[in-house]
Amino acid sequence: MNSVGEGCTDLKREYDQCFNRWFAEKFLKEDRSGDPCTEMFKKYQHCVQKAIKEKDIPIDSVEFMGPNKEKPDS
Amino acid sequence: MVKYFSNDVDIRTTWDHVVSAFWQRYPNPFSTHVLTEDVVFREVTADQQLLSRRLLTKTNRMPRWAEFLFPSNLSRSVYIVEDSVVDPVTKSLTTYTWNLNHTTLMTVEERCVFQESEDRPAFTLLRREAWISSGVYGFSRPIQEFGLARFKSNQVKAMKGLEYALSNLHAVRFETAAEKEK
Repeated sequence: MNSVGEGCTDLKREYDQCFNRWFAEKFLKEDRSGDPCTEMFKKYQHCVQKAIKEKDIPIDSVEFMGPNKEKPDS
Repeated sequence: MVKYFSNDVDIRTTWDHVVSAFWQRYPNPFSTHVLTEDVVFREVTADQQLLSRRLLTKTNRMPRWAEFLFPSNLSRSVYIVEDSVVDPVTKSLTTYTWNLNHTTLMTVEERCVFQESEDRPAFTLLRREAWISSGVYGFSRPIQEFGLARFKSNQVKAMKGLEYALSNLHAVRFETAAEKEK
């Protein structure tokens, strides 16, 4: 899958691979022994956040789960 | 005026597998309309929940009559935000997805809750809800109907996409338990 930042796809794929392994082998098993993906994530984010600004994608001011707050619980 | 839709699906596989596949479902043969996917925020909270935000861009496929009426909307892709919370203790994944642009034309908000079944731990229950509305004066009803039809079609693709991702991990079958709209 491609990143929205054309030059970020390789960094994204590297990070995704690391995350998927950590998620299944550590996070889901409630193993808190540390996240091996932090550096990869930083590099990836540096690239993709730049692309988001360049493309003027209005995501920064959006609150986490924002619109969900007004919805009734299912 | 908002169109509301909900349905419940029984997924015949464990919650752990479903959640792992959730992160890996793009690309899949049913997601050709999804152009890009990025994680733009991620954090493990003090109480061990995983918060994530994904940014997706999708093609903006409209029926001919809408393309004709709203030509300025044709050129730009749709930007979609998907926020999610994974709770490995309660075995629940809650996602909230909505479009950032083209919002005057239509907003589609979707909430999904994937929950391990209490009495059948080999199953995962998915409750999917959507709220579709249009702000275009005089056209809101046909736009909302189109929006709902496209949502349902995308929902079928999304389940096939998730199934595809799961089959790379594990065999699975889906059954729709209940569906309602108003």
